[in-house]
Amino acid sequence: MSGFRSRPAQAGPTQPSRRRFVQGLAAGGVLAAIGQWPRPVWALKSPGYPAVLSGTEFDLTVVDLPVSFTGRPRRAVTINGSLPAPILRWREGDTVTLRVTNRLPPDAVHSHETSIHWHGILLPANMDGVPGLSFDGIRRGETWTYRFQVRQSGTYWYHAHSGFQEQAGMYGPLIIDPREPEPFTYDRDYVVMLSDWTDLHPDALFARLKKMSAHDNYYQRTVGDFFRDVRSNGLSATLKERAMWGRMRMTPTDLSDVNAHTYTYLMNGTTSAGNWTALFRPGEKVRLRFINGSAMTHFDVRIPGLKMTVVAADGQNVHPVTVDELRIAVAETYDVIVEPRGQDAFTIFAQDIGRTGYVAGTLAVRQGLRAPVPAVDPRPLLTMADMGHGGHSDAEDSHSGGSHSGNAHAEHAHAGHAAHSHAGLAAHGSIVQTHPPSERGNPLVDMQAQSPAPRLDDPGVGLRNNGRRVLTYADLKSLFPDPDGREPGRTVELHLTGHMERFSWSFDGIPFADSAPLRLKYGERLRIVLVNDTMMSHPIHLHGMWSDLEDERGEFLVRKHTVDMPPGTKRSYRVRADALGRWAYHCHLLYHMEAGMFREVRVEE
Amino acid sequence: MSLRAIIIVAALGIGAAGPLRAGDQAHEHHDHSVRQSSSPATHERQHGHQHGHQHGHQHGHHAHSAQQTSSSSAHEHQHAHQPGHRHGHHEHPAEQPGVGESHEHHGHGGTTHGHSAEPLPVEPIPALTDADRAAAFPELRAHPPHGVSVHQFFQFEELETRDATEGTALAWDGRYWAGTDIHRLWLRSHGERVGGRTHSADVEALYGRAVTPWWDLLAGVRHDFHPADSQTFAAIGVQGLAPYFFEIEATAYFGEAGQTAARLEAEYELLLTNRLILQPQIQLDLHGRDDPARGIGSGLSTLEIGMRLRYEITRRFAPYLGVVHERAFGDTADLRRAAGEDTDDVQVVAGVRIWF
Repeated sequence: MSGFRSRPAQAGPTQPSRRRFVQGLAAGGVLAAIGQWPRPVWALKSPGYPAVLSGTEFDLTVVDLPVSFTGRPRRAVTINGSLPAPILRWREGDTVTLRVTNRLPPDAVHSHETSIHWHGILLPANMDGVPGLSFDGIRRGETWTYRFQVRQSGTYWYHAHSGFQEQAGMYGPLIIDPREPEPFTYDRDYVVMLSDWTDLHPDALFARLKKMSAHDNYYQRTVGDFFRDVRSNGLSATLKERAMWGRMRMTPTDLSDVNAHTYTYLMNGTTSAGNWTALFRPGEKVRLRFINGSAMTHFDVRIPGLKMTVVAADGQNVHPVTVDELRIAVAETYDVIVEPRGQDAFTIFAQDIGRTGYVAGTLAVRQGLRAPVPAVDPRPLLTMADMGHGGHSDAEDSHSGGSHSGNAHAEHAHAGHAAHSHAGLAAHGSIVQTHPPSERGNPLVDMQAQSPAPRLDDPGVGLRNNGRRVLTYADLKSLFPDPDGREPGRTVELHLTGHMERFSWSFDGIPFADSAPLRLKYGERLRIVLVNDTMMSHPIHLHGMWSDLEDERGEFLVRKHTVDMPPGTKRSYRVRADALGRWAYHCHLLYHMEAGMFREVRVEE
Repeated sequence: MSLRAIIIVAALGIGAAGPLRAGDQAHEHHDHSVRQSSSPATHERQHGHQHGHQHGHQHGHHAHSAQQTSSSSAHEHQHAHQPGHRHGHHEHPAEQPGVGESHEHHGHGGTTHGHSAEPLPVEPIPALTDADRAAAFPELRAHPPHGVSVHQFFQFEELETRDATEGTALAWDGRYWAGTDIHRLWLRSHGERVGGRTHSADVEALYGRAVTPWWDLLAGVRHDFHPADSQTFAAIGVQGLAPYFFEIEATAYFGEAGQTAARLEAEYELLLTNRLILQPQIQLDLHGRDDPARGIGSGLSTLEIGMRLRYEITRRFAPYLGVVHERAFGDTADLRRAAGEDTDDVQVVAGVRIWF
């Protein structure tokens, strides 16, 4: 598809990107080193890693930092003057103490308050770091001490939960070494943290989304595309397909709200130009801990020329599965093992879901090498099946689209796939998705999925039939059985809802401000069924408790802290309410959360 | 199979391992519940039956208390709506949406109820201490929630010069809103200045409320500064996005002296490229009665059809060129003829569309 599959990589000088959007002009990023805080080198198990903070006592200071990722100076919000924040390395079973001090100047992003949330970590509610639910936040000049026992192991991350500080740079990797040996081996260990940077003040970006949510969608179908489709598919098929989208008042090119027109993508805080590099010796096994610390960007990650063996997802070990590519939703983590050999350099390539940009780094035998960087894939179009409007014919129809640059590829395979996963149900005439009454006539709900399906084995829009083996949720098989073992005692169905034009997001059409908490009884086991009634992918994160993802038959598949919900999906997971208190439950797209796709989950006795 | 064995062994191990505080768990049922907790999965794997039947089965086999069976089946009933697919289909209950409703299916929490025969988890639920309780619900100050932000938007949809017969005209069509996703204050203004003299100018101040996903209802006042003496109307209208992306604005006006008027505007955007956009637009003005001082006749007074081609240098700044055809009808046309004016007029326009 990309034409890169078997191209031999040449270890050679850096090839500048030919793409016209900004991949980052500045190599480094951090403008002025603030002295006392060393920059992490992002290697965990290779010689020397001075900026990994490990142990049980940590002092973290939230400070303002001048940076430049695009050539324009900006100010980031960072922890200890590092973007991303330092790698924290804990040990399972230890009690860790983290003193977090807010030293932001008054004009920094949301400076009056800060907070750190330990993403995916089981802990008492008052240590969870969500202002308004767990604590009062950390006001300027204050220090807050987190202290809790670490009851898990694996790859996680931590980030601000105040305003848009996370977007402004406040996120970092969190590695917990297990008590027991891990069921896989490796020689080197690297964190690969992906993120999205904008030169805009995040408040201004949010305001822009409210005013014109389609700002970054420069890929809408044009008059020329219409005539091209008429030529290849006929007038009536083209009109019919355009009419379907026209009636919905949506466009099939709307893959993400914010893309590379606004963002510069970073790998471990470095732009593509900076070429973050991980070293290996041929024959070694290298563990890469991918963490998506983006505010709004799903990445598709691959290393041309290498297979990746996924050994853990969201910090939880899974049966190893070998793939060419994986989609990492915002806030997810995947641990993979690669065995580079035969070349001196391999490109770690992460393109955004909308195919508007990428960030690339290198796995190399020495610094300064670079392998060819592939072009971003053709831009996909959403189909009616993607939108949860099932039907084979719909999917085939929308297959007709070309985009203005003529490189949008249709999702042939998907038509078949969708038909397969829905047709059986539709044939029995039984699955017509019902919707909560609160969605009816609700001005904040612009669409509803008619026949959503789990689609756990669907690689997702833009990844189907691309000639590569792509990881799906169906591939993630937990290495341990469901630790709770109980059948859920009840089921709660929640719909992910929104309005693209108004940039309003919610559960069941009710933004957080108007919502009542979802109340759980301490100790109960329940099933949460999510239905995506929007055209966006929402990574849904429940704090404090695991989301035990179920397969199509309702059986335990894998334990996650963030469950991605592509458009048109209906997925379920089990929750064991073993954490008393008030917990955040939200879409991890930062601006969706801020716009209201957030609920309090309250676990009570 | 082996997985089930592990669960059972693990559970038994845990069961044997430690005494929990009295009243925390229904210990007496422990072994029993372990079997129960693993049974449904077995049934499902072996037979792939629909949930409803399975659980019926299962309860029969294990002969649990009636109380428990009923609490479970109340819930499992939901599953029974599903057809008996065997493979690969999603069979989760399409339960009543909303959080409140699902509570009724919740039998017992299972942690504090001494007589509960609910299955126990393999990994026990930790007993709560007062320290846990204190950590769970700290006293907090109020914190602004997500989802109620107030924003504002200002746009000159049209800010242009026109080559009018009386000289160059400057025309504008601007709008501003401030508010939430649902409630907004709208200000709209249209006007035209010809040869340094304001020919027409109006300002509307409206409260707008989103009533459906695509339509806002608006109500407020309109004040005309020109032509002639100023006048004020009450205004009520709708605006929104019709299917197929037609932007519509329709407003009725009721004047202080009993005069009435209506305006209907529709726009469409045709993407030649993603930056070069052709925008046809149509505007109809109707009036309830003759108003010769302002050159207005009753009925359909004027129709304006515009076609503007803009180039979005950025989303916020787009210069354009266009043509506007205005035509007067009925009594309005008669009044114009009487004044020696043309009843229709074609103007070339050039301007910018900006927002911030």
